[in-house]
Amino acid sequence: MSEIKKIPGISKESTQALIDEVLDAYPAKARKKRAPHLGANDPATGKSCVQSNKKTVPGVMSARGCAYAGAKGVVWGPIRDMVHVSHGPVGCGWYSWGTRRNLMSGINGVTQFGMQFTSDFQEKDIVYGGDKKLKVLLQEAHELFPLAKGISVLSECPVGLIGDDINSVAKQSAKELDIPIIPCNCEGFRGVSQSLGHHISNDTIRDYIIETREFAEPQSPYDIALIGDYNIGGDVWSAKALLEEIGLNVKSVWTGDGEIEKIAATHQVKLNLIHCYRSMNYMCKVMEEKYGIPWLEFNFFGPTKIRESLRAIGQRFDATIQEKVEQVIAKYEPVMQAIIDEYKPRLDGKKVMLLVGGLRPRHTIGAYEDLGMECVGSGYEFAHSDDYDRTAPEMPEATVVYDDPSEYEFEKFAHALKPDLIGSGIKEKYVFQKMGIPFRQMHSWDYSGPYHGYQGFEVFARDVDMAVNSPTWKLVKAPF
Amino acid sequence: MAKKLRQIAIYGKGGIGKSTTTQNTVAGLASLGKKILIVGCDPKADSTRLILHAKAQNTVMDLVRERGTVEDLELEDVMKIGYGDVKCVESGGPEPGVGCAGRGVITAINFLEEEGAYTEDLDFVFYDVLGDVVCGGFAMPIREGKAEEIYIVCSGEMMAMYAANNIAKGILKYASSGKVRLAGLICNARKTDKEFELVSALAAKLGTQMIHFVPRDNQVQRAEMRRMTVIEYSPEHPQAQEYRTLARKIADNTMLVVPTPLEMEELEDLLMEFGIMEPEDESVVGKAESAA
Repeated sequence: MSEIKKIPGISKESTQALIDEVLDAYPAKARKKRAPHLGANDPATGKSCVQSNKKTVPGVMSARGCAYAGAKGVVWGPIRDMVHVSHGPVGCGWYSWGTRRNLMSGINGVTQFGMQFTSDFQEKDIVYGGDKKLKVLLQEAHELFPLAKGISVLSECPVGLIGDDINSVAKQSAKELDIPIIPCNCEGFRGVSQSLGHHISNDTIRDYIIETREFAEPQSPYDIALIGDYNIGGDVWSAKALLEEIGLNVKSVWTGDGEIEKIAATHQVKLNLIHCYRSMNYMCKVMEEKYGIPWLEFNFFGPTKIRESLRAIGQRFDATIQEKVEQVIAKYEPVMQAIIDEYKPRLDGKKVMLLVGGLRPRHTIGAYEDLGMECVGSGYEFAHSDDYDRTAPEMPEATVVYDDPSEYEFEKFAHALKPDLIGSGIKEKYVFQKMGIPFRQMHSWDYSGPYHGYQGFEVFARDVDMAVNSPTWKLVKAPF
Repeated sequence: MAKKLRQIAIYGKGGIGKSTTTQNTVAGLASLGKKILIVGCDPKADSTRLILHAKAQNTVMDLVRERGTVEDLELEDVMKIGYGDVKCVESGGPEPGVGCAGRGVITAINFLEEEGAYTEDLDFVFYDVLGDVVCGGFAMPIREGKAEEIYIVCSGEMMAMYAANNIAKGILKYASSGKVRLAGLICNARKTDKEFELVSALAAKLGTQMIHFVPRDNQVQRAEMRRMTVIEYSPEHPQAQEYRTLARKIADNTMLVVPTPLEMEELEDLLMEFGIMEPEDESVVGKAESAA
């Protein structure tokens, strides 16, 4: 258990006063609903200080996505050797195409299919149903791309409204075309955020994919799967290399640069290492119960967390792995120290505020701290209470925690806390840049990355320094 | 002075005889010299069969499916002229179990409005709507700016009266935000006990009138077998006279009300009053036969 961090000037009272001031602008009903979602961190309890995973208050601007976004954008989209069909009108598919920067290796159209497939619903498909069109589409996709190892069918809202039976079409077409066709009932209106889309997708992997293949090569005690890494900006490539360097065999990755047949054989690994707990814990638990595979959460952001995580991973294996872990840590320590020596003098004492999806608001804090920065506020779009429990020890005492904050709340907190950097998404970026606050997109790594692993920390440190210490900000004068 | 176009929607329990009653009434109005358009709002597309002597071949949605989009359609492709110069359009839609028939109704009515189907020479537009108002699409004809007069076809059967009361609840919802009004119950008689009195009493409770009691007569079936209305098949038959009377009453009707639907208990009391329903014995509720 790490010691409780404190920030001068931030106390339970000051944070509560700030929250009260923010809530004051709301009408009574909205205030009552929002109040439990804002809190002052209490690391000693190790418990969440806010309510979460509730419906967004109507009328406030939320940064959340939908179940379809969670399924298509997060879980399925990164699997590179499948065709992913957005079943419904064209917009959902188009705007979720590659925007997450989940990079893929391979040759487009041959070994990877990072293209946009949609059934492009028209009025007539709503009225007469899209099932016949889907059947034709599946056939055509298979003929055009015979090397695709499978097809996912991801439901958009209208499919659920008109009751299109994608499950029976998928079943029949899978038989006729002799490839896996996976129907995923992830209509956007289901649930309160993209989080349900992750859960539905996990359940779909459980029902249609896991245990349908076996690895070709003989098993070894060092076989692991890397779960919940989506290869944003190349994160998987950095993380996988590091895990291999300590002697482990990364047999499959869920789902960054992923391959369906390897995902299908993951029931044969010895340990599941999970990075994004929120989006993939469901399948880790299923594999634990069904196949007895233990799972371990880890954190590859920044040398401190990487060191802790590598040692924790080593503990699950024998002395040969543990020795390699120490060798690898020793090898990279000077490299990391050189990076810290370069950037820390310019970043020391700088404050950061975060609002990201379901993992990074806690997982990246250590990386900022490695650079001498401190986190003065953090929150998630779609986390659940177990995520906030895990957040409490990472954040300094009494700092503000916000769940699914509105744009107004986030702005007010930033006004009061005056951070030197905000890490959030594209919807927030320009709001804060116009306020003269340096900003990094922490969903997509802002066209950069990787940020995972030792390799990633160098990029992360450079990007943070570039944002915070850019001379641009000295030239910006607010006109008020 | 320009004539005011009256838009009328006919609702009622499935199988009660809405389409037959609508078409015979329309034929009656046509024989009075009125200009009428019928819009069939049912994927079965049988709302204009007796006027056209055939099932409509080109429904709006069928052509949309064939040609790709609704923008590719022309009005004359879907509008047919039948008996008494009555104009007929069917929305069409999917077979049961797939797609969204309600959206088909919305698409078809929007198409008719945009293409100028509601011409100035018309006296009446009749919407013949599928049995139950199952979703927003089937409420399209009574939304703002469309039908303002609703007739509910019912009979003295218990379920038909339940349905009529439920439809009145739907009308009440739209009446509070728009101009839609209940114009009357049309009793399509099934020869049940005290039918005239019962439906009259229900109408009174709903705050409306039983505008006409259409007696049961097999002449209707004989005409239907020839895909004709009674008015066209046997204009001198007494049943034809009944429909002409109904048509005249509708033409002259000015009693448009916001309905006062009944609570379930009130409705059951009414049925008991007329001996349709036995008073409930609370002591037997939920007890299986073997437990008695």
